Amino acid sequence: MERVRDLASKKAIVMFTKSSCCMCHSIKSLFYELGASPAVHELDKESRGKEMEWALRGMGCNPSVPAVFIGGQLVGSATDVLSSHVDGTLKQRLIDANAIWF
Amino acid sequence: MEDASPRTDTSTDADTEEKMLRDQLQGIGASDGSDKSRDQKTLRRLAQNREAARKSRLRKKAYVQQLESSRMKLTQLEQELQRARQQGIFISSSGEQSQSNGGNGAMAFDVEYARWLEEHNKRINELRGAVNSHAGDGELRIIVDGIVSHYDDIFRIKGDAAKTDVFHILSGMWKTPAERCFLWLGGFRSSELLKLLINQLEPLTEQQLLAINNLQQSSQQAEDALSQGMEALQQSLAETLAGSLAPTGSSGNVANYMGQMAMAMGKLGTLEGFIRQADNLRQQTLQQMHRILTTRQSARALLAISDYFSRLRALSSLWLARPRE
Repeated sequence: MERVRDLASKKAIVMFTKSSCCMCHSIKSLFYELGASPAVHELDKESRGKEMEWALRGMGCNPSVPAVFIGGQLVGSATDVLSSHVDGTLKQRLIDANAIWF
Repeated sequence: MEDASPRTDTSTDADTEEKMLRDQLQGIGASDGSDKSRDQKTLRRLAQNREAARKSRLRKKAYVQQLESSRMKLTQLEQELQRARQQGIFISSSGEQSQSNGGNGAMAFDVEYARWLEEHNKRINELRGAVNSHAGDGELRIIVDGIVSHYDDIFRIKGDAAKTDVFHILSGMWKTPAERCFLWLGGFRSSELLKLLINQLEPLTEQQLLAINNLQQSSQQAEDALSQGMEALQQSLAETLAGSLAPTGSSGNVANYMGQMAMAMGKLGTLEGFIRQADNLRQQTLQQMHRILTTRQSARALLAISDYFSRLRALSSLWLARPRE
């Protein structure tokens, strides 16, 4: 839990993924397309990956990955990110977090 | 409508009927039976009973005959199906244990989709009528809101169907051929739809134009992102299956094979998630468009979208009916 929060606060965009997760790949692509560079942490490569996965589930992430944090705040899963992109709020959050400039 | 059901059978067989008549006669005989009109009424009632019983027996006979001929037809059809399958024609096997879920799920969805489409067209016609008769904003809004939330229904139905048979949804076989031309992740591309609409929606305010363009761009970006994920999935699946092609003779073969198959199964399982995101994208785009536009503009947009798909379906019919050498 602590580790998740800790990592999430370190960069403007932080993503928790798994190397085998293709939806994670989609969300990563979206951020790159928007000109952002998310910090990516692959839970299956992390030593305390299982714990972190539990922590993310505890925060309400279902599925646990991809889990996206912007400016230290939990945005949510793929559904939340894509919905937020469509209604225009994602871009604003990225700008507010200094992840992108326009 | 002719009631062929034996449930309304008022008789079982001749014996019981006679017993019923005797009981009725006894009941009447108990009183001082000198009342003529009462006897006549009774006799008429008894005659009607007999008639009803006779009709009921005839209906039952007809029903049983129908069942027997249906049974023969069914056996015939099953034989034909078996023959066709042996000839390699793909037919989903509903009713067979092994694939019953897939077959039934697909058919059930097709039926639900047809029902939804019928309802949708009904609402669109109502909207067209309201627009043409210059209905007020209040009335328009009710119809428009109704259509937008009716779209929610099909997305929910698709979601449920994708859990049972993701490949059926992905295949687009529930759509007509011309619609399938434009198939993307089990449905239409919102970004393309918006491109078509922008010209139809004049006049738009500066703000609206900007918002619609942004929406078009956002949905396109989201579509591209999902497409990239699907490509990654394909790649990953191919690598997994190719990885099980171990050289013959090595002892770990079977375990390897099983392991790779298990991994491949896991990857296939993620397809449903992609359909879900694609449908969510369609739904969100539709709702956002509705938010940006005025009621009247939304009405025009919904009519334009519906007309476009109607044309695609008409094209499919023409195509399927085309003369072939």
